[in-house]
Amino acid sequence: MSAANSDFTRPARRPDFARAFDAVRRITAEPLGALGIFLVALMIGGALFADWLSAYEPGKISPRDRFLVPSWQHLLGTDQLGRDLFSRVLHGGRIALTVALFSTAVSLLIGIVLGLIAGYGPRWLDNLLLLLFDSIKSFPTVMLALALVTLFGPSLTAVVIVVVLVNVPGYARIIRTQTLALKESEFVTAAESMGAGTVRILRVHILPNVLGPLLILTSMDIPVVIAIEAGMSFLGLGVRPPTPSWGSILNDGFTAIRDTPWIAIAGGLPIILTTLGFTFLGETMRDVFDPRLKRHA
Amino acid sequence: MLNYAVKRLLLAVAIVSVAMLLLFTMIYLIPGDPAAVALGPRATEAMREALIVKMGLDQPVWVQFWNFFTRAWMGDLGREVLSERPVAQVVMENLPFTMALIAGGMTWSVALGIPLGCWAAVKRGSWADRLVGVLSVAVIAVPSFVIAIYALLIFAVALRWLPAIGAGEPGNPGDQITHLILPSLAVGLGWVGYIARMVRASMLEVLEAQHIRTARAFGLPDAMITYRYALTIAILPTITLLGVGIGQMLSSAVFAEIVFARPGVGKLVYDAILTRNYPLVSGAVLVTTVLFVLLNLAADLLIGALDPRVRSKL
Amino acid sequence: MTVLAVSDLNVHFTTGAGELHALRDVSFDVSENRVVGVVGESGCGKSTLINAILNLLADNGRISSGSIEFSGQELTGLSRRQMRELRGPGIATVFQDPMGALNPVLPIGRQMRNIQYRSGQAKSEKDMRSLEALKRVRLPDPEAVLARYPHEFSGGMKQRIAIAMAVMMEPDLLIADEPTTALDATLEVAMIELLKDLQRQIGCSVLFISHHLGVVAELCDDVVVMYAGEVVERGSTREVFKNPGHPYSLKLLECDPARQTARRRDLPTIPGELPDLNHRPTGCIFAPRCPHRGKECADAPPDRQLDESHIVRCIRAGAV
Repeated sequence: MSAANSDFTRPARRPDFARAFDAVRRITAEPLGALGIFLVALMIGGALFADWLSAYEPGKISPRDRFLVPSWQHLLGTDQLGRDLFSRVLHGGRIALTVALFSTAVSLLIGIVLGLIAGYGPRWLDNLLLLLFDSIKSFPTVMLALALVTLFGPSLTAVVIVVVLVNVPGYARIIRTQTLALKESEFVTAAESMGAGTVRILRVHILPNVLGPLLILTSMDIPVVIAIEAGMSFLGLGVRPPTPSWGSILNDGFTAIRDTPWIAIAGGLPIILTTLGFTFLGETMRDVFDPRLKRHA
Repeated sequence: MLNYAVKRLLLAVAIVSVAMLLLFTMIYLIPGDPAAVALGPRATEAMREALIVKMGLDQPVWVQFWNFFTRAWMGDLGREVLSERPVAQVVMENLPFTMALIAGGMTWSVALGIPLGCWAAVKRGSWADRLVGVLSVAVIAVPSFVIAIYALLIFAVALRWLPAIGAGEPGNPGDQITHLILPSLAVGLGWVGYIARMVRASMLEVLEAQHIRTARAFGLPDAMITYRYALTIAILPTITLLGVGIGQMLSSAVFAEIVFARPGVGKLVYDAILTRNYPLVSGAVLVTTVLFVLLNLAADLLIGALDPRVRSKL
Repeated sequence: MTVLAVSDLNVHFTTGAGELHALRDVSFDVSENRVVGVVGESGCGKSTLINAILNLLADNGRISSGSIEFSGQELTGLSRRQMRELRGPGIATVFQDPMGALNPVLPIGRQMRNIQYRSGQAKSEKDMRSLEALKRVRLPDPEAVLARYPHEFSGGMKQRIAIAMAVMMEPDLLIADEPTTALDATLEVAMIELLKDLQRQIGCSVLFISHHLGVVAELCDDVVVMYAGEVVERGSTREVFKNPGHPYSLKLLECDPARQTARRRDLPTIPGELPDLNHRPTGCIFAPRCPHRGKECADAPPDRQLDESHIVRCIRAGAV
């Protein structure tokens, strides 16, 4: 009886194919959403098919071809080691995408767990976590990154940890707020009175309800994650050479900005296009699916 | 009001304390022996032991933390490794440059963001409104270091309108300001977007308010309604936003200082990391964090002082 | 002489659900020195009417036809600037919600000075006039009022300030949009007395919007009964209250709590709901709720004149 009843109170949400299709249609109906999808698709496509799209190895050094201006052979030119920049940009996209997806997933996981603990746990734990979140947030991102690099050394790990530290407080707060609101709501009270366990209540009643807004916010955070990876690699604190990264290309270009400006352009352009793409997409998604989230800032 | 100020101050102290704890943990966890790192490979065992005692590293962790904590609150952030100068002093020497950069960034963001947001709200639904909307999103999305490099490329390298490197001649304000224009633009451009959006949204909200209808019903000129009746209310949230924005601007300032080779706290930390000057790293990070918390606090209190409604509730 | 003449006014709003016909063929006059009450349930178009007169309709609203004449001048089609000239000294308005009617971040004195921007007087002279106006509405310690902010006053005091601002304009027409609704009963009586006094002092006409029949009976010379965006009955207060000609007016009077003679547990209500104004019926607007409806009510009802000034929009006017 108890199982049947709590199943009855479970909010129905089963995204099926038709709904997904409808969602995409509604996003592309907005010019900005369509542009966003196009740019994001361009980035993902470039990263996935990097090997087919470019004739050159991203890491292949060829001293004879140093500092070549963009041409049909080298669409974005070559760098100080004669490496093809177009190829490096495409492969850099792989790094950016991998870091973005992986670190966002990790942040989400930790954020959800901490948020649920804060919202569902005892009051003192809630306050303690909030103070911790505020303290982490009180470090300027780059300062946090710089401090962490002293601990872990320049690496992708450091990038992921910075992203996690930057994102988790925000996600956890959202989960916490929604959890607090839902905790009082009828269906959770009902489930509790049926004797449903805490974990079950979290999984069945609270998580499905907070996931929607969270996913939209996550998608809006992706450009920030990409910026963190590129920024840290630009400072030489993230991806180590010779692995191609947009940030390190930008740094190569910055070093030689007076004589060979195309390297900096090649490094900056994909960062600009990708962050714009994800932002336009995220903004449109928010406006279309959850206008409530449209806050001031 | 006083009650509120005290409460906010206590929260700020708590946040800074936790931040100190986090920072201490981080330093403590740095792999390798700090004394050996500080002395370099040619140090003798005796020198190393002497330094360990001097740095208090022979004491239990909690004593070390307590020392770090109390000294930090007293303004003693230790000595930097290379020149043995007090960290606090070194950081304070560099802080004004960073503050100038952030002030410049804020100036850009307020000077462009408020009029753009106001304009978009007044022309709601027009092409101008849409354009401001898209541009705002765009400048928010693009990372500041890319903006910095492209600004450098366009205005300093290609057009040669503005200087590319340094903070300008000391004692020459004109030169210092021309050196500030590009870096502060890179720091502030994203915030132009935030502020424009925020002002637009709150302006639209205020323009719907009953008291604006009253003002119209008395035939007040549109300009007076827009600027004196609506905008004065609509810009109040901007102050809170800027308070929060300080943190991000500090981040952007690090990049701007590196890209434009300006002195400042960001450049200081960056260089300190490259030379493994860890006391300097932790000291500078701590100072910026305290600065961030303090400016946030100031923004909250300023809101209280400016908005009579809030003022009376506190 | 007629101060305000509204004739065959139609107002439409463009909404997501289509065209909303908010006011249909609204006609009535406000004569010099008269107090005219507009009554009706909430949602009957009273506020839309005011906004149309003041040319303050929301962006999606428009006057589709008809005329509004103020002191012989046609208001529809006036430019923004010309209309602005009239607001204040010509037509002053006191709005319903005293809480939100004043700017929260400007001191009262500043707001009262600002609305005198046309006078060209010095600051001190403007402040003198403000003080005078505040004294007229019997606010204690008017000097202190000028320096204070709206949130420092109670609702009743704010309403007095709002009235003072309107009175200070010495308008030809004062529009009062439910000025007493947000106040409690004792304040309401005081406010009515005040408005009466002030009207006599300035000698202006008043358009008084209310859903409170008792207040209208007390204060107004003429009354306009609105239902779902139409004027269903208008005439002198005495005539309409004594001898209501429209079934809706009749029902409204029956439902007035003040008029309940027998003790009963519940207040009588009018059965049915307001019609959907997105799909306004062509015939009588009240027919779906009317106990006297007949076949002829499917056609648009005529405006029947029962008396010199007593006009009823009902085919059976006076017969029910």
